[in-house]
Amino acid sequence: MTATADSPESAFLAGNNTLKSRLRRAERMRKVWALALIAPMFVFLMVSFVIPIASLLKLSVEDLEVSEALPLTVEAFKAWDGEGFPPPEAMQVFAQELVVAEENKTLGSATRRLNYSLSGFKSMLKKTGRKAEDDLAGVPADQILDAFIAIDKDWGDPAYWRAIKDAVGPLSDFYALWALDRQRDADGDIVMRPSTQSIYVDVLLRTLEISVAVTLICFVLGLPIAYLLATLPTSRSNLLLILVLLPFWTSLLVRTTAWIVLLQNEGLINDTGIWLGLWNEPLELIRNRFGVYVAMVHILLPFMILPIFSVMKGINPWHMRAAESLGAHRWKAFLKVYLPQCLPGIGAGTLLVFILSLGYYITPALVGGPQDQMISFWIVENMSSTLNWGLAAALSMILLLLTLVFFFIYNRFVGFDKLRLG
Amino acid sequence: MALPIYASPVQRVWHYFFIVLCTAIFLYLLVPIFVIMPLSFNSEPYFSYPMEGYSLRWYEEFFTSDQWLLGLKNSIIVGIFATLVATTLGTLAALGLNRADFRGKTAMMAILISPIIIPIVITAAGMFYFYASIGLSSTLTGLVLAHAALGVPFVVITVSATLVGFDHNLVRAGASLGANPFRVFFKVTLPMILPGVVSGALFAFITSWDELVVAIFLAGAEEHTLPRRMWSGIRELLSPTITAVATMLILFSILLMVTMELLRRRTERLRGIRN
Amino acid sequence: MNRYWKGSLAALGGVVVASFAGTAPVSAEDSVTVASWGGAYSMSQREAYYKPALKDIGMTVLEDEWGGAVSEIRVQVETGDYKWEVLDADVGTSLAACDEGLLEELDWDMLGGKDRFFPGSAFDCAVGTISYGTIYAYNGDTYPDPATAPQTVADFFDFEKFPGKRAIYTGVSHTIEMALMAAKGMTAVEAQAYYQENTDEAFAEATAFLEPHKDQLVYWETGAMAPQLLADGEVVMTTAWNGRIYNANVQEGKNFVIVWDGQKVDYDVWAIPAGHPNAEAGMKFIEYASRPEVMARQSQYIAYGPTTEEAAALIAPDVLKDLPTASANLTNAYWADAEWIADHIEELEERWAVWKAS
Repeated sequence: MTATADSPESAFLAGNNTLKSRLRRAERMRKVWALALIAPMFVFLMVSFVIPIASLLKLSVEDLEVSEALPLTVEAFKAWDGEGFPPPEAMQVFAQELVVAEENKTLGSATRRLNYSLSGFKSMLKKTGRKAEDDLAGVPADQILDAFIAIDKDWGDPAYWRAIKDAVGPLSDFYALWALDRQRDADGDIVMRPSTQSIYVDVLLRTLEISVAVTLICFVLGLPIAYLLATLPTSRSNLLLILVLLPFWTSLLVRTTAWIVLLQNEGLINDTGIWLGLWNEPLELIRNRFGVYVAMVHILLPFMILPIFSVMKGINPWHMRAAESLGAHRWKAFLKVYLPQCLPGIGAGTLLVFILSLGYYITPALVGGPQDQMISFWIVENMSSTLNWGLAAALSMILLLLTLVFFFIYNRFVGFDKLRLG
Repeated sequence: MALPIYASPVQRVWHYFFIVLCTAIFLYLLVPIFVIMPLSFNSEPYFSYPMEGYSLRWYEEFFTSDQWLLGLKNSIIVGIFATLVATTLGTLAALGLNRADFRGKTAMMAILISPIIIPIVITAAGMFYFYASIGLSSTLTGLVLAHAALGVPFVVITVSATLVGFDHNLVRAGASLGANPFRVFFKVTLPMILPGVVSGALFAFITSWDELVVAIFLAGAEEHTLPRRMWSGIRELLSPTITAVATMLILFSILLMVTMELLRRRTERLRGIRN
Repeated sequence: MNRYWKGSLAALGGVVVASFAGTAPVSAEDSVTVASWGGAYSMSQREAYYKPALKDIGMTVLEDEWGGAVSEIRVQVETGDYKWEVLDADVGTSLAACDEGLLEELDWDMLGGKDRFFPGSAFDCAVGTISYGTIYAYNGDTYPDPATAPQTVADFFDFEKFPGKRAIYTGVSHTIEMALMAAKGMTAVEAQAYYQENTDEAFAEATAFLEPHKDQLVYWETGAMAPQLLADGEVVMTTAWNGRIYNANVQEGKNFVIVWDGQKVDYDVWAIPAGHPNAEAGMKFIEYASRPEVMARQSQYIAYGPTTEEAAALIAPDVLKDLPTASANLTNAYWADAEWIADHIEELEERWAVWKAS
């Protein structure tokens, strides 16, 4: 407890300055000690965790590739208003810089970035780079555009020149818009991206859909188990609780593996079903949404059961009997008397399962098909496969915001200090 | 859950439906775990029953494969060091958080809990990006730091739980008897909170032991952990060696779970809590 | 409690010491990590190159697998965090990476000059190690009668005549060309030319052709997955790298049949990530692996061809007929155009990923 100016203690001690200040000093010492104990962990988490994530998220608003590869060009293009073609002098600077960049092989990430804006830009720029020294260096201003067009006719389209100007950064909403399947057109208005590149709004909706479905199934399956555990005598419920905790303690990867073994075409379920004559052709149980639901619910079910169970355990069973004895139907008593008292546990369980589902990656990647992948998959895809880090960062930002919104709701209704994990 | 003798037929039907439903859900929870274990002793490389014969060949394959053993070794090293870091820092922080209220405590708690809440892919991608820039990716050190960060919250939570109701007069008594703060910590505080520290450490260890996504991003071939190795194996071809590894991991989990349960009971007994 | 605590600490310490004791210190110089494609192919490299390397040139070779994308090299070079000294890449990828300055230029004096190697397999940053074919295969037990079994690329996509799922490579490579052959009745060479000249149109036509069968497609990611999917009965046909199918037959006694119609032939190359501090050791490995007697060893373990005349001369005739370059296997085939792939692969991969997921 902190002694503040208007607390009863300080009022009581008002007359005794020495004691008061000594108490204050002791209190301050306590705080300093406390902070000193927390500091190592705080610094550690900052360096190993918070700063890495922040530095990743920063990429979602940065746009530096072109200005790093072609700094003089970017400078020269600043004078251009973006209408028609850039001034010939700026084109000459660009041509000169291409020669140097080609020599030093520093064009790589800039060509990639420009190709994000306009497809075909990459091969055009590479071709231009290869011919820059012979065909562009030293060409007079009045012939420079024609020299570019002679290398590739697309340089005659102002859109390509404009794309360079639009990619000069340092900040840009380019990736944030991309993560929402949007882009800016020549006038700076926000429009849809071409359909061959549009997937992320669908992915976001799909992520929400899977998370909601998993949460609902977990609730439907978790409620009876929690009720059973709460109403059994302790000795037996403890035993059953271990059965719930066992999968909880088993690694996610092991459990997902088990589901692959069970669900695949020549897996256990299909073999057994065919052997028993229940069906003749293998059922499609894996690499689809069904497999994702089965495996994800299996992994997340304990997170639903445990909070509901711990709340139910504290409910006085006599409340229900009282309601029944007052003439309420058993179901009515359950719905009107028992269930409302479980709400804190149900809220905690559903929110926790939902929050955890949002970020799932491993399980859908192993048991789902290409159309069942959630937003995390696309973060990994862009992070390590297409290496579009800006887009990966923008998608991470969306996922993070979504998670935090629900976490704040969780905190509001449950309190994160009550996070129960086993 | 016994059915009263005066139950109506409808109640009886509901009762039995409920029992069947609960049994089915328990089967759903447990069958995958128990089905995979016997398959690891199959003498044939198939995943179907009845098995044609029993053998330990998949275990032999595990223990004679350099790649699997390297994974095992890395998992143990990373797990132990991550646990040491997480447990030390987490225990100190829990003591600090317990000692005083101060402005920003809630914010501090939020940051502390965030490794559990923030989707692991974001964490892993961020660490990959940042650790690479400071030369820590593809090193065991990088993995240790990453796993320690993921494990710290569990230590703080479990230790904080044991500190609820901790009698600070004991610390004062120790100090007033002339012991320095370190002596007080090791002789008075630590023995009292030890169950919390140990279960926190176990949580931190299992977090590292099972962690895959960060390992996918941060580990090169030489730093492959057991789950990372399994991940490659599953995606390439699901060999029965993987079921052998899975079986060993399940047994290991059971061992840890039993330890935790014993610790919990011990704490409750020590504090005179009865069910 | 105290004793218990000390006891467990001692036990922990024991484990730490034990786990470190297993690591013999290996100096970076005589150790390289080679990134390759896993499964039977890595096995053949292990037998032909990695294991003998220790004996012959005192070099320890560690293995890793990679997905074969430029991005995987780029990330290591850009971050300076190198995982591999040597990588086994396809030609297109290596050219794209070389263009971006992501690969070391090889020491061609050490390798005896580009002329030693087959045309199209020697580049500034990369040198051929094998030639391989991308083909499709079916299980001979599923279609026992060769007369009614699948024979052409068109059969691969004929879901009425041959119901059941098909597996294709997860990336865009070869699938668009195959779909064009089937949809437009083109030969392998025509399909490749059409794709390269009218990329947008060809991509749209090919995906439109595949669209109705999307739910019948399964994607393999690693070379080993293709024969595995066939063996497990998950699919009735799969595209694959020919050596994987050959090995499944020879080593695991499978009855898989390769359909050579419409195959894509390509080289795999060795390369070294640019700026690798241990690049010299990587070069030493590549020199070793390119010696004729060493290179010729590999086709004993997998049906891929060598890239030098001297090595080809050392290969037995009964092995030669299963190689993708045997003339009987080349009746309707195309050679990958590395230059074109290097320029377009990233954008096409992205489009392909979107198509698969939508």
